[in-house]
Amino acid sequence: MTGLLGLWHYWMIIALMMVGLYIVIARDNLVKKIMGLNIFQTSVILFYVALAKVEGGTAPIIPEGAEHVVYSNPLPHVLMLTAIVVGVATTALGLALCVRIQEAYGSNEEDEIVRMDVEGLARRGDRAESAPHADDVPPEEVPA
Amino acid sequence: MTEHLPALQVVVPMLAAPVCVLLRRTQAVKVFAVLVAWSTLAIAGTLLATVLDSGTISYKMGGWAAPAGIEYRVTIANAYILVLVTSVASVVLPFGLGSAGSSVPQDRKYLLFAAFLLCISGLLGITITGDAFNVFVFLEVTSLSSYALVSMGHGRRALMAAYSYLILGTIGGTFILLGVGLMYQMTGTLNVVDLSERLPEVMASRTMIVAFGFMMVGLFIKLAVFPLHQWLPNAYTYAPSTVSAFLAATATKVSYYVLARVVFTIFGAAYVFGELGLDRILIPLSLAAMFGGSVAAIYQTNVKRLLAYSSIAQIGYMTLGLSFNSLDGLTGGLVHLFNHAMMKGGLFLVVACVTYRLNSSMVDDWRGLGRRMPITMAAFVVGGLSLIGVPTTVGFVSKWYLVSAAVQQDKLVVAGAILLSSLLAVVYVWKIIETVYFKAPPEGGDPVAEAPMSMLIPTWILIGATIYFGLHTALTAGVASKAAALLLSGVP
Amino acid sequence: MTPEFAIGLSVLLPVVGMLGVLLIGERNPDAREGVTLVTTVLTLGTVLQILPGVQAGEQPGLEVLEVLPGLVLAFEVEPLGMLFALVASGLWVVTSLYAIGYMRGHHEINQTRFFACFAAAISAALGIAYARNLFTLFVFYEILTFSTFPLVTHAGTEKAKKAGRTYLGILVFTSVVFLMFGIVWTANVAGTLEFAKGGILAGKISGWRLYVLLGLFAFGTGKAALMPFHRWLPAAMVAPTPVSALLHAVAVVKAGVFTVLKVVVYVFGIDLLADTGASQWLMAVAAFTILSSSLVALTKDNLKARLAYSTIGQLSYIVLGAAMATSAGVLGGGMHIAMHAVGKITLFFVAGAIMVGAHKSEISTMDGLGRRMPWTYSAYLIGSLSIIGLPPLGGSWSKWTLLMGAAEGEHWIYMVVLLISSLLAIGYLMPVFVRGFFLPEKHDDHHDDHHGDHHAEPHEPLLCVLPPVLTAVGCVLLFVYAENLYDMLAPIVAVKGG
Repeated sequence: MTGLLGLWHYWMIIALMMVGLYIVIARDNLVKKIMGLNIFQTSVILFYVALAKVEGGTAPIIPEGAEHVVYSNPLPHVLMLTAIVVGVATTALGLALCVRIQEAYGSNEEDEIVRMDVEGLARRGDRAESAPHADDVPPEEVPA
Repeated sequence: MTEHLPALQVVVPMLAAPVCVLLRRTQAVKVFAVLVAWSTLAIAGTLLATVLDSGTISYKMGGWAAPAGIEYRVTIANAYILVLVTSVASVVLPFGLGSAGSSVPQDRKYLLFAAFLLCISGLLGITITGDAFNVFVFLEVTSLSSYALVSMGHGRRALMAAYSYLILGTIGGTFILLGVGLMYQMTGTLNVVDLSERLPEVMASRTMIVAFGFMMVGLFIKLAVFPLHQWLPNAYTYAPSTVSAFLAATATKVSYYVLARVVFTIFGAAYVFGELGLDRILIPLSLAAMFGGSVAAIYQTNVKRLLAYSSIAQIGYMTLGLSFNSLDGLTGGLVHLFNHAMMKGGLFLVVACVTYRLNSSMVDDWRGLGRRMPITMAAFVVGGLSLIGVPTTVGFVSKWYLVSAAVQQDKLVVAGAILLSSLLAVVYVWKIIETVYFKAPPEGGDPVAEAPMSMLIPTWILIGATIYFGLHTALTAGVASKAAALLLSGVP
Repeated sequence: MTPEFAIGLSVLLPVVGMLGVLLIGERNPDAREGVTLVTTVLTLGTVLQILPGVQAGEQPGLEVLEVLPGLVLAFEVEPLGMLFALVASGLWVVTSLYAIGYMRGHHEINQTRFFACFAAAISAALGIAYARNLFTLFVFYEILTFSTFPLVTHAGTEKAKKAGRTYLGILVFTSVVFLMFGIVWTANVAGTLEFAKGGILAGKISGWRLYVLLGLFAFGTGKAALMPFHRWLPAAMVAPTPVSALLHAVAVVKAGVFTVLKVVVYVFGIDLLADTGASQWLMAVAAFTILSSSLVALTKDNLKARLAYSTIGQLSYIVLGAAMATSAGVLGGGMHIAMHAVGKITLFFVAGAIMVGAHKSEISTMDGLGRRMPWTYSAYLIGSLSIIGLPPLGGSWSKWTLLMGAAEGEHWIYMVVLLISSLLAIGYLMPVFVRGFFLPEKHDDHHDDHHGDHHAEPHEPLLCVLPPVLTAVGCVLLFVYAENLYDMLAPIVAVKGG
């Protein structure tokens, strides 16, 4: 069954994808962006899982002596296990960065951070690797 | 043992990373990491020699045959890149991570090395694998470790740079994942060789065009093709200089290789350029990158940011070479991949030397450095000449191929554009040379000594390579040309 | 010594000399100068070893390195290259003597860097002279640009740095955007970059592409100072006079016009250009350059500036000769390389001698100076007459040949241009001599300078007087031996089978 109703799952996936991307772009809060990214990644995971389903298919275990078993494709599920792990790692890294950014800037809102950066740049130029300046948190004080 | 070399190429650095975490003591870790890097170089060199000798190597991971199992496939094209990545790693690691402007405290440096080794193994994995999903996995391994590496830079802007890099990079990676999924949906296979065989039947379907689109956009993000280059300037500027050197020399190059594989091997040039007309998009984007990147570089006040924008321009050259879809064009792109790695890696190491002594990468603070750090600055001059494309340097070799390719296709305006944009490189290289040699040092600065030998040697190895390979091109242009021929022939 | 060995040796000797100069440095200026002089003499001697072979019609060669398939660094000496090599290495000897006198008399700084870069530049010039293909020529062309840059900015003043920027800017711009483009295009069209008699483009390119390609080479050779890319030459006059003398009257500019001649003869081929008329526009541009630079020269009070603009015009003589696409035109251009080099270097030597001896650079202040610097001014007279093109000086022969070339191609208007420019040359060169001898000296307030006791007496170091006299004699000798020169060059245009 094709057409709008038959492909409802794909429409859902697209909707999730768009929601995720929208959040990444439109939301200022860094943590929310990560969440948006997660939603985006989830949509792709769901896409693969949707691929795997075979109409009328059963679990991919072939009982002894059976012939002509129609089973759903296990491979995309396996791939998605990996992808989920990747997603988790990315989220963890992203949130760790959020924590450090919070400590360094005192805020997790992108517009405030950009404003602070612009002010810093105006004040003392784009010193990428100079000695730490006053509004930086000295590295020794960053908790482990 | 030797038949497992393809697997070892990836496994050795990957296993070495947790060993670094266990070893803890910085000196021991550094020595260990350097040894691991050198061993990967030895493996890569052996693989290249074998491939040049006896043709493509196919390795079944775990003994499972393709297309069901994951295959590691070493051809001339990726052996070349393996050697490149491992050489850069071997030169950059002894330089020392974290000594140049990182915020990692001394007793935590081992984590930096671990991340670095993971990054290397990821890059090598992307290059060597013959399975499309495996590419995604290793791509994410690389990306995650590079986000971590970038965030180790000094100052808080490194954190935001890493964050933006993370967001954009993950979107890119996910697009690639989506593209792979769509391809899998239509062909039922993930193996590159198999895909190239099965794709022609389903080529016409809309799904494949969408798959191609997603893969392209994802790869463009990873490759920092204009206008998806936004993450690069900040990431290269605020990362520790050695990390910038390494990333500039390897990360985008590997993504370029994947692009070439997707375009030429999986989809095939006839489809990509003939039916989809990728060159009509890629040529203008490349030209925009070349000019935009160079012009942006001219106005920078920070040397690292200048080099970052210059990298965007140089990536434009590489993609331009690819979009010519000719032997000279693709050779030019591949040889520029190598040459740019040498040049930019060397130049960023020069920056690392200077920041080690001077603690600043602002152009203004570099005034008069020519007298106080003559050997380091001489390296900069040579690297700069290479960027411009003066004959006897590697930059000239790349330009030669690219302009030849343009002339051969009667694209005379493009040829002129390539040469004009190298003039822009003269301007921004000149800007730094003038500051360094012709301006008096700033008042009241501390006396600055020359960089230590342990830093000068790796720097000069890379910079010296830009001259050496400008004269003896058999190993670069010769191999690149064979690789290009192989890719263009569509033989997987 | 075999010619092949001599070729390699003559390119390497100046580099060795440069290293020697750098090693000795400021510690022992006399030893350093000694190294320079010995190197110049040895280099000239080595170059002379190649001469007999070339005169006999052989083309000794030496292959160095294959950089890319089809791009080979290789040397092969043919008559035109031999001529340029002789001019450059011969005049280097004289200029080194002069430079020692000038640099010491003027108490110049950075003498080590000066002599070192000089040697590097000569090596590059020889590399250009011997180039067997466009790639080798391009490599040494760029090396010449970069090795002469420290010489232009020698003084280190703001003006010198600005001049350096102009110099580098124009030369690098033209060589990267135009010359390299032309070379790559030629490689892809002709399939080769090797110079060959009769050219390598015959039958391979036609129509507007031929015109554009010629333009790329003509304007790409910025060192030939074809308008509008001529501004670097007057800007480079800020350099010390020995630099202006050898490099910007001889080596650098001659490398430029040499390149143009080589390209016309060995890449395009005279026949291709003559048949298609593709170089007509170049003749017009050259003529325009000749006339306008001569007119500008008339307005310049600074002697070196005047000589600079004169050089621009004289260079376009050679370009005009090449563009005429006639055998006499090309030969006249080739001869003019030698004639102009020797004549112009004399004039520059005189300018420098006046600078060091009398501390004057503006012509209006030089009245009556000739009576007190008779040898110098006599040399000036001879050099001027050669540039103007009057017998019994060498320049007359090259001018005559150029006129014959114009007649051969029935380019009457260009004959007129050549004659008018001689008149203009009289107008801008002779007044210096006339004012020097026949006008009373202006007595302006002479600052008390470090030459305390000689405050009214110009004292030119002997080493600043001897070289111009030598080169003036050279002008005369070139007149006498012009036929030998012509015979040596003739084979390059010898038509195969009429």
